[in-house]
Order: sequence, then C-alpha cells, then structure tokens
Amino acid sequence: MASLSEIRKAVQDEVDLPSLERSLRRPRTLFSAMMSFTTGAATLAAMFPLFSVLYLLIKRGSAAINLAAFSELPPAAMMTGGGFGNAIVGTLVIVIIATVISIPVGIFGAIYIAEFGPETKTAAAVRFSAKVLTGLPSIIAGVFAFATVVILTGGFSAPAGGVALSLLMIPTILLTAEEAIKRVPARMREAAIGMGATPSQVVSQIIVPTAAPGILTGIMLAIARAAGETAPLLFTSLFSDFWASGTAPYFLPKTIDDLMKPTASLAVLIYNFSGSPFDNQVAMAWAAALTLVVIVLLTNIAGQVLSRRSAG
Amino acid sequence: MAASTLPVTNGHSAGDDTVIDCEINELFYGRFKAARDIALKIKRGTVTAFIGPSGCGKSTALRCLNRMNDLVRGFRFKGHVKFRGKDIYASDVDPVSVRRNIGMVFQQPNPFAMSIFRNVAFGLRLNGYKGKVEDKVEQALRQAALWDEVKDIQHSSGLSLSGGQQQRLCIARAVATQPSVLLMDEPCSALDPIATHRIEELIKELKKDYTIAIVTHNLQQAKRVADMTAFLYVDKSQGGRTGYMVEYGPTEAIFENPQEEHTKEYIRGEFS
Amino acid sequence: MTPANAVVVETVPHAETPEEISRPPTTFEVLRDRLFRRATLAVAWFTVLLVFLLVGRIGWVALPQIQAYGLKFLIGTTWDVNREQFGILPAIFGTLYSSLLGLAIGTFFGLAIAIFLSEGFLATGLDGIISYLGLGENRLWSVLPARLEDLLRLIIELLAAIPSVVYGLWGIFVVIPYIRPPANWLHAHLGWIPIFSTGLSGPGLFPASVVLAIMVLPTISAISRDALVGVPPKIREAAYGIGATRWEAILAIFIPTAASGIFGAVILGFGRALGETMALAMLAGNANVISTSLFSPANTLAALLANHFPEADRIEVGALMYAALVLLTITLVVNIFGTIILQRADATLKGLR
Repeated sequence: MASLSEIRKAVQDEVDLPSLERSLRRPRTLFSAMMSFTTGAATLAAMFPLFSVLYLLIKRGSAAINLAAFSELPPAAMMTGGGFGNAIVGTLVIVIIATVISIPVGIFGAIYIAEFGPETKTAAAVRFSAKVLTGLPSIIAGVFAFATVVILTGGFSAPAGGVALSLLMIPTILLTAEEAIKRVPARMREAAIGMGATPSQVVSQIIVPTAAPGILTGIMLAIARAAGETAPLLFTSLFSDFWASGTAPYFLPKTIDDLMKPTASLAVLIYNFSGSPFDNQVAMAWAAALTLVVIVLLTNIAGQVLSRRSAG
Repeated sequence: MAASTLPVTNGHSAGDDTVIDCEINELFYGRFKAARDIALKIKRGTVTAFIGPSGCGKSTALRCLNRMNDLVRGFRFKGHVKFRGKDIYASDVDPVSVRRNIGMVFQQPNPFAMSIFRNVAFGLRLNGYKGKVEDKVEQALRQAALWDEVKDIQHSSGLSLSGGQQQRLCIARAVATQPSVLLMDEPCSALDPIATHRIEELIKELKKDYTIAIVTHNLQQAKRVADMTAFLYVDKSQGGRTGYMVEYGPTEAIFENPQEEHTKEYIRGEFS
Repeated sequence: MTPANAVVVETVPHAETPEEISRPPTTFEVLRDRLFRRATLAVAWFTVLLVFLLVGRIGWVALPQIQAYGLKFLIGTTWDVNREQFGILPAIFGTLYSSLLGLAIGTFFGLAIAIFLSEGFLATGLDGIISYLGLGENRLWSVLPARLEDLLRLIIELLAAIPSVVYGLWGIFVVIPYIRPPANWLHAHLGWIPIFSTGLSGPGLFPASVVLAIMVLPTISAISRDALVGVPPKIREAAYGIGATRWEAILAIFIPTAASGIFGAVILGFGRALGETMALAMLAGNANVISTSLFSPANTLAALLANHFPEADRIEVGALMYAALVLLTITLVVNIFGTIILQRADATLKGLR
C-alpha cells in the first residue's frame, strides 16, 4: 500500500496544484483586491463631505431657525433677532423670473432640435452651444447680465438677477427636454401624424404632454441649481435689507418698481454675513445656509426621483 | 400656396364607385428602388388585401395611399394615387388634409399616453367636432367591439389595456372621425390568435361602413376577410430588392385559380 | 347561442349621408402651425447666438480698457484702483494652479468612483454575503446591490447640488482648521521644498483646491461612468474570455476603450474648476501673490471679479470686464475642446457596437 506522501507526489506530478490555488499571496489577486479596496474607499471618502456639510449646517444653523428667521428683516450688527424673510422672498422672485425666461427658450429650442429639424446643421449647432454653455462660469453670467440689463436699465434689479440665472438654466432645460422628447415612442408620433395632425399639433398635443415628466425633471434640476447661485447675483440684484414693497403686505412685490431695485437673496446674504465680524450676523448666515441647502437638496432629489421614474 | 381641399364628402359620391385609383410606376427611398409597377383600383365598401413575402413592398404601397411615406427621407415617387378622382400627390395638396380623410391602424398598437376616452376623442377634437363628443366616442368604441369592456373605465390610460384591446382602441380612434378609407398595416401580427380572430370579425363588420385596405402576411386572414387581393413579389434581378405587383383580382380567383407562377408558389406555401 | 369568443359588434345605423367629421386644417391652423415652427427655429438660433452675444457684449464694454492697457493687462501684477493700474497675472496664475490641483485630486476620486459604480463591485461583494446568509431568493435583498449603487450615485450627484457659497462656509470652518496643523508641520519641517514654502494662517491655495476637487468630482465621475458603462458588451466578454482578472480587464481594456470619454470628462471638469467662484473667493485669500507654495493665499479671475465688482467705479468696471473676457475666453476654449472630445468619443463607441 502506497504511503500518503507517495500518493500526493503522484498527484502533484500530474497536476500543478499550487498554480490552481487562489491565494492572496499571488500578486495578481493581491493587486486586484488592493485596487478594489482603493476604489471602494475613495467612493466612501467622497461621500464624507456631503454628510460633513449637512452636519455642520444643522449644528450651527438650527439654533437660529425659528419663525422670526423667516419673517423678519436682516439684523444690523449686534442686534438680536432679525431674520432673512426678505431674502427668501427675493430668492423666490428672482428664481421665478429666471424660470419664466428659461422654460420657453429651453422647450422651444428642444422642440426644434428634437422634432422639427433634428438632422439639420442648426440643430447640431444648438446642441453644441448648449453643451458648451453648461460649463459657463456663473460669474460670467452675472457679468453679462450686468453689461446688458444693469447698464441698460440704469440700476440693479431682480430681473437683472433673473436674466443672469436664466443663462445658467437654459442649457440644462434645453438638453434634458430634448432627451425627454426623444424618448417619446416613435409609434405615438406616427399615430398622430396618421390622424392628420399638423406638425405643431403632433408636438403640442401628443409629444410634449407625453414628455412632460422628463421635461419637468430638467426644470427642477435647473431651478435647484439656480436657487443656490451667489456669483451671478452679486452685481445684478445686489442685496437689500428691506422688503420689496412699500405697501402692505410688505413682503409681496406688487409693481414693476418693486422689482426694479436691489433685491435680497439667500445666497448673497450668506456670502455677505459669512465674513461679518458680528456673531449675530454669522448665526444668520448659518441659518440661511441651512434653509437654502434644504430647499436646494429637496428640489434636486425630487427632480432625480422624477427622472428615475419617468425613464424607467 | 393655398392647399386645395379634397372632396370631403364621406358619403356616396355620385357615379364612380372607385375610391382609390393607385398607380405606382417607380418608388425610391434615396437611391434604393423599393417598388415598381403596382396598379389597382379600390371600390367603395370593399376589403382589399396586399399579400406577399417580406420585402415585397406591401407596406410601402399601403403607406402611399395616405402619404405616410413622406416621412421617410429621400422618398421619391412616380405615378399617381387618386382619391375620389383627385391626385393626392399633386403639388397643391396638403398631406395633412389627406390623412384626415384616411385612417390608419399600425402593426404595433400605438395608443396615445392618455385616457381611452381622449384617445378616441383625439380625432374629433382635431377636426373641431362641434357635437356631443361622448356619443361619438361611444359609437366608435362600439364599432371597434370595445365598448362593453371599457365603458366603465374610459378615463383610465389607454396604455393599461391588453395588446388586443389596445389595437381595438386604435381602430376605434381611427373610425371615430368616420374616414372614407381605413388602412391597416398588418394589424394582427403583434397579437395572439384569439385577439387576431376578434379583429378579423371586426373587419368584416366594418366593411359595411368603410372601405378597407389591409396588408397581411397571413394568407388565411386574407382569404377570410378580403374581397380583392393583390399579390406582390420581390424582384432581385438587378441586384436590388424591388417589390412589384404580380397579380390582382377577386380573392377567390387569386386563391383558387392563380394565373402567375409566383402566385401559385406562394399560395401553395412554398415560401413565406 | 353565440360562441363564447364571438365578437359582439354593435353597428350603429348610419344615416343616408353620414355627417362630415373630417375637415382639412383651417387657414388659422395652418398659419399657427407655420408660426409655431418658425418660432422654434428662431429660439434655436437664439441659443447659438447667445454664445456670440456673451463674448461680443462683454468685449464691447471692455473695449476702452482693452485699448488702454492692451496686453500689459495680462502680465501686470498689481490691482490698484487709485493709481489705475490693473494686472491679472496673479489671478491667471492662481486660477490655473488651483484648477489643475483641484482637477488632479478630483480626477483621482472621480475616476475611482466611476469605476466602482460601473463595474459592479457592490454586486460582487454583497451577493456573496447575501447568498451566504441565505437571502438570495428574497426579492428585497437581491436588489440591494443595485439599489445601493443607485443611492451612492444619488449621493455623489448631491455633492454637485450643494451651493458654492455653502462649500465656502464649510471650507472656512472645517477644511482650513483641519489642514492647518499638518500644513504648518510640513512648512516647519520641509519648508525648503517650494510647495511648502509658506505656512497656512487662514485661506490658502490648498484648502481651496481641496474644496474645488469636491465640487468637480461629480462631473468627472458621472461622465466617466457613462463612458465606462458604454463599453460594448462584446469587448467585455472578450476581456473576461481570455482570462483577465477584473482589474486587468479594467486597466488594460475598459479604461483604454473609454479613454476619450474619460478624457472629455476631465476636460469638462477642468472647465468647471476654472469658472468656480464663490468657494474660491472665500477660501483662496484674494491676495495678488504669485507663489508656488500650496499654503500661500492666492487669487483667481473669478474671485477677483466677485470681490471687486460690487463696489467698482466705472474705470474699475472696465478693467473687470476685460478680466471677465479673459476668463470667458479661457473657459470657452476649454469647454469647446471638451465637448468636441466627448462627441468624438460617443461616435467611436457607437462605431464599436
């Protein structure tokens, strides 16, 4: 009877056992494991700033959050209380103006490049320009709005800020709307044409309503981004320590004059107060930052959820 | 340039019973010659079937009848398609108005992403119908044999129906405006046999009110529903694949007593 | 008795001459259609025009100053309103230094994340655990890896959603205090190396670049991931078929295939970094200094604009417009380059399929 070692030797001669062993001591698999670990660690590390930011905002901002914060005017140095009510309204007004400008431009442009002239050189130029414009520095949007609206109207105003923000929103809305329109099944378009709808009727009655969720996503993501921008507003809508209107209710702008003056915004308030030597104003900055981030993140998440649902 | 209107009387035009007089001499998509030598006249109240192997140009020919081929880039066409005596390819004819008179049902059911009611009402609203829309919708759904199944759920989405129901919805949508002619491009090929059977029964009923042209790869279907049959075949002689019409006549004659060789082979099922 | 599956068709009696429902489009409808189509074309042209308008209008307002200072503007190093001496060389230097540094860090993380989220690492890791726990059949647990990946992608996207000014705040109160001790240690012990030649008292180039990296990594990660996911299945199968380990496949085959897409992602990330304003305005220090030290305060074009514009007089506005034109030109060139590369990458991938 052969001994165990003799058997083992016989098996080993036939088959190179060690090379079939998957062992961590082998360079190939060790390298693999290290790289996997590195990428995983990098991903985890990258998420840390988000949680750190949120934690910081909650820690420092929640102290000053109360009803007064949303309804009162910014405090002077060393004054207790006060709030950023006018900044909230201002952000709303400026973002609404920007949205009103950018939605028609974005959607009409998207309709042309997705429906009426998808293969034309114009469409190629539009797509290229929109992609290039998505990288436009936000400060340049502000400079342009300054060079046009502020100089031509003679002063800082909410619409000037709105125009600056719309430059940042239009490319996003246009490109996401184009994607949404292209996702409408071709056979629905065919059915509408077969029924004798004019091209405009096909677009307005079938294509756009069907693509609406996707288009809405683009709009929401654009709004979320615009609401958080500071640079474009620094010298277009500037800032104001007062409510927009001279008549009650003061927080509601009612006339053109109410709009055509420097307007407060959350983003600019945060910037202005963050460098302040006075604690009460710094506290306001934190509270405003928390509010702004909540608004922006919620809108952004809602937009992304909507997009996953409508694309799925 | 004002688009001329077609004679729109849905009803009985005096005299000639021919609704469509189609003559395709040559048809190109870009440089590809897709079809040639297809000529037939369709009489009011009949069902005409286009049969033949794949690539023989049957769908192409059908789509000429309502100018749907206009949508394909590089489409060129020599010949004429006369709808009640007027050539729909005349330069002063607006294709949109052509399609309002001729309804089409496609191979894949394609209801709009809206309620059943609004799907059927779409054509009515498009044409500015001033009467009671609900009545016309009901009429169309009854004609499509769908009323009983959806009468209580008219406001749920058209996309929530089964395949066969969706196709009947598309038929209802097409007949809601009472077009003179109904074109059907392989309407049953995406459906199961039971749904197919229901639609074939439907076609036999619809024949009373509409003139129908149907493309089908199912010979039994053509035999069952069609009055006239056109058999098309593929010409590969010049290196391309050009469809052309081989034979055209009463269905019975084509099936019982085909004249041409290709027809005989096809009917006998020697190739699909 | 009608058979069970017979169709019950109800015919509605037709009148002798059925009413006409179909009508051709009215003149109004035809005109409205034409108008609508022309309007969309006009708007399309407007979006293209916008790019030229940007350069044109800003250039026009800057023209007096361009003529007055000429190219000296680009190499001058002082910004003195009183003596009307304007120069943006420190700002250009700071812009490039901070952007390249931020890009380097951001690309490392962005690419790592893109690989992690596109090659199914979570699935590999978790599937093993899940089946070990006997939960493989459970519908909820088996979709966990995919859901987790979605969640991670969402979180990375949210990084991009945080407003720049909030990152600035965070930088001041978290990043700078954490970097200061090691920075000063490096300066104290290795100060002879140029990049450590100054200490970090407050704002500085490195903290600003770190925050910048966080802001650009979502862009790089998302576009790179798209590029990697777009590698055709044929190539994937071929790679594993010849016996490559996962990482050999990734490094030797997938990344090279997706290379132009990844390159495009990096270029566009660079473009974003160049234009980033608020975080840098708050963290870089706004000092018109040219220094190789990582911990020296610096200035960038965008921060220069942000800091000086609100209170600038007419002369200074002109100079700032000139600076804005320079920034716009740089970012346009970079973004155009990046977009072209991405479009080519897209076309190549389509060809490979």
